[in-house]
Amino acid sequence: MSASRRDFLKRSGALVVSFSSLTAWVDELAFAQGPFGTQDQRVARQLDSWLAIGTDGRVTAYTGKCELGQGIFTVQMQLIAEELSVPLARVTLIQCDTSVTPDQGTTSGSQSTPTNFNEANLAQACATAREALLRLAADRLAVPVEQLTVVDGVVGVQGDASRWVGYGELVGGKKFNLTVNPAAKRKPAGQWTVLGKPAGRVDMAAMATGQFEFVHNIRLPGMLHGRVVRPPAVGATLVSVDEGSVRGLPGVVKVVVKKNFVGVVAEKPWQAVQAAAKLSATWTRGAGLPSHAGFYQHLRTQPSRDALLVNSKDVDERLAQAAEVLKATYLHPYQMHASMGSSCAVADVKDGKATIWSPTQSAYPTRNGSAMLLGLPAADVRVIFTRGSGCYGINGADTVSYDAALLSQAVGKPVRVQLSRKDEMAWENYGMAFAIDQRAGIDASGTIVAWDYEGWSASLGGRPGYDRPGNVITGQLAGFEPAPFTPRSPAPEPGGSFNNNSNAAPSYVTGCVGGRCGGAGTVKGERVLSHTVKSPFFTGPLRSPSRLQNTFAHESFMDEIAAHVKADPVAYRLRHLSDPRLKHVVQEAARAAQWSARPSPKPGAASSGVVSGRGVSCVAYEGDNGYVAMVAEVDVDLGSGRVTAKRFVVAQDCGPISNPDGMRNQIEGGALQGMSRALGEEVTWDDQQVTSIDWRTFHSLPLGFAIPTIESVLVNRTDAEATGAGETAITIVAAALGNAIFDATGARLREVPFTPERIKAALDSRLTRPSGRGAE
Amino acid sequence: MTLTVNGRAHTIDVDPATPLLYVLSDDLGLNGPKFGCGLGQCGACAVIIGGRAVRSCVTPVGTLDGAAVTTLEGLGTVERPHPIQQAFIDEQAAQCGFCLNAVIVTAKAFVDQNPQPSEAQIQQAMSTVLCRCFAHTRMLRAIKRYTGLP
Repeated sequence: MSASRRDFLKRSGALVVSFSSLTAWVDELAFAQGPFGTQDQRVARQLDSWLAIGTDGRVTAYTGKCELGQGIFTVQMQLIAEELSVPLARVTLIQCDTSVTPDQGTTSGSQSTPTNFNEANLAQACATAREALLRLAADRLAVPVEQLTVVDGVVGVQGDASRWVGYGELVGGKKFNLTVNPAAKRKPAGQWTVLGKPAGRVDMAAMATGQFEFVHNIRLPGMLHGRVVRPPAVGATLVSVDEGSVRGLPGVVKVVVKKNFVGVVAEKPWQAVQAAAKLSATWTRGAGLPSHAGFYQHLRTQPSRDALLVNSKDVDERLAQAAEVLKATYLHPYQMHASMGSSCAVADVKDGKATIWSPTQSAYPTRNGSAMLLGLPAADVRVIFTRGSGCYGINGADTVSYDAALLSQAVGKPVRVQLSRKDEMAWENYGMAFAIDQRAGIDASGTIVAWDYEGWSASLGGRPGYDRPGNVITGQLAGFEPAPFTPRSPAPEPGGSFNNNSNAAPSYVTGCVGGRCGGAGTVKGERVLSHTVKSPFFTGPLRSPSRLQNTFAHESFMDEIAAHVKADPVAYRLRHLSDPRLKHVVQEAARAAQWSARPSPKPGAASSGVVSGRGVSCVAYEGDNGYVAMVAEVDVDLGSGRVTAKRFVVAQDCGPISNPDGMRNQIEGGALQGMSRALGEEVTWDDQQVTSIDWRTFHSLPLGFAIPTIESVLVNRTDAEATGAGETAITIVAAALGNAIFDATGARLREVPFTPERIKAALDSRLTRPSGRGAE
Repeated sequence: MTLTVNGRAHTIDVDPATPLLYVLSDDLGLNGPKFGCGLGQCGACAVIIGGRAVRSCVTPVGTLDGAAVTTLEGLGTVERPHPIQQAFIDEQAAQCGFCLNAVIVTAKAFVDQNPQPSEAQIQQAMSTVLCRCFAHTRMLRAIKRYTGLP
């Protein structure tokens, strides 16, 4: 351990890492590469990369999975406290700082809990440390390990209260010099005293009292303020900038231009805002955008990259022989992260080195991408993750980090940049738009014999990763290209094993690839063909990316099929599922909701006024990363087309539950965010630019809307591996709501968002709805 | 001009068109009020002036000479939270926490003016406040806890 690292450990005593302490560390730790700063997997195998124990017995742990509002910081502290048998208050956790934490890539994809709580990484490091400490204590106390117990970081001899030794005495201040032992024994969930209990968030009090320091609150000595000037249209390029237009304005320090990247730096933030507004820049006309109204048709006509997830090669035959074939098309718009706070970062670039305080989910990749933009070696860039506004995927966090880095480099001083609301919304990486055609063949008994999915979605850019800064707007403006788009058609036959990571396959198919079946269902006739086309806008992961859009189509279509054969939607799902965990959550949700078995729509509904109904939906998230089912109960006002959700019942199985209250919080937030997305959220544009640029033009349900009761049923499987829990509930909300609206009214919603106008239109079209073979 | 913030008087020397938010967060170093939209649409910048929640991102500081401003950090501290802050802590009513300023400050001002609101009145009062993590259920429970509603 280097001296600076030891000093760092001594200082890292606060539960909530505050910025004042972070800045103090910067100088001491600047570019001390230590064992980190490399992708070398040997780093992750070193126990000292994960844990250190001070002379006072305090445990300091390092994680590459960061707190984004999902509660992972607190629950990782619970894990450490549990495995090492120390009180929560004696744990210090350092997250996502490229100078001191292991490179764990990106905090995303519902992977933090699986990555750090199953048999690897942080959890296994803790187990290794515990075994090492017990061995040391056994030597010190001259008794076999089996006779030792640990309470609150003190190892004692069973039956002899006079013989004990603390962790601090055993290893305090020294390295373990061990590799993480994959066979080190984890504490069985049955013995948990800290994990599995509802721990309050360690940051909650600071947040509620305005003491918490977000990246927005960073203030460095001599810090200046930047504001970017984005193009007026998608694809517009810079012709010229008239620096004279801002000369003499108070506080203006510099106008910065790098290819198509334009920004201003001023002494104070309001001065930067004023200067950016007044800066006169000439741009070419934009590239032109496909019409918003015709966009789903546009998707089908572009060169595409095609992929077959599964193909039983008998789907056409089965459909031809089926007693009936149903088909329907589902449409899902671009949606955005639209974080509450526009994205912010602070960069200090001078003397060929850079420090960036960034709310990125990807500390190491952002370090590498920033280095490319700055023309510096990655080893000379340090990224310190600092909390931002909740992101739900790649919001403006990465791009604003690049903005701050470029502006700071241009002035040689620390620069803070916070995007305007419009710059956040008009240029972020949106969740992808989808058009999905579904066909199903049904035999004479009403059983599904073939499921045929064909989907079109649009993609551009995405997470920059380690080498693609052009995947977000700032990188592209500064001269880097997004990842290339290479059309490929026809799709090659599925290879390898079945991987339903994007939930492109419905839960009801067998998922057989290469002779092995990994699906959650029983339908053997299966074909899942996806076409990806080039998007006019940047896209990227938005909470439950593609999984949510696909699941809306699957779970709505399953409901249509069940209604067509006049089957109860819960029983009909169970009849086509094979996965016991998915079946179990469907049964649990139905039981808790006191579901009455009958087909939809509800018989005898009124033809005017307000009618009510219920719908169900479910998913095995990413095929095997969390199991969830939801029953939604809604009221629909037939006159206005307004829908009001009255009650959500959500049953969820994510393996062993680390923090039940944290999981409930994720279910509740996911359910309501899913409802907002289903009922109101859609990115719009004209022929040149995005027109969803504020909260009047992009509709997020405010705090005052009628909130449904949310009942969470937590299925705790202490014998299973941990899965993600942050993206499960949100995935199934749109279908549950659409199915409930259908149950109430007989009107089917096939396009998100379910605006009152669309609901009214669906109500009106009930009279002309075709039925039978080829019904749509 | 002068401004009293959380009980302390400050002499402010900025362009009077500067929105109050920038003075609070940049000149006075406060963390509570936040920039969310700069358009008065989300509530992130809310502060209490004259007993009412005011959106500081669209309020020129020049209109506030002599005013007394209370921010989220003026209500209570980590050690001694205000009862409404305690209610949010007890209910674990947040995820990322960025909107807590909007929610707590708006609710506090409203409940002070309407000590025994109905649930519908609370919803009405909060109808222009956003939380993108959608911790709505817990937040409304916290507000009700503060007002003593069941």
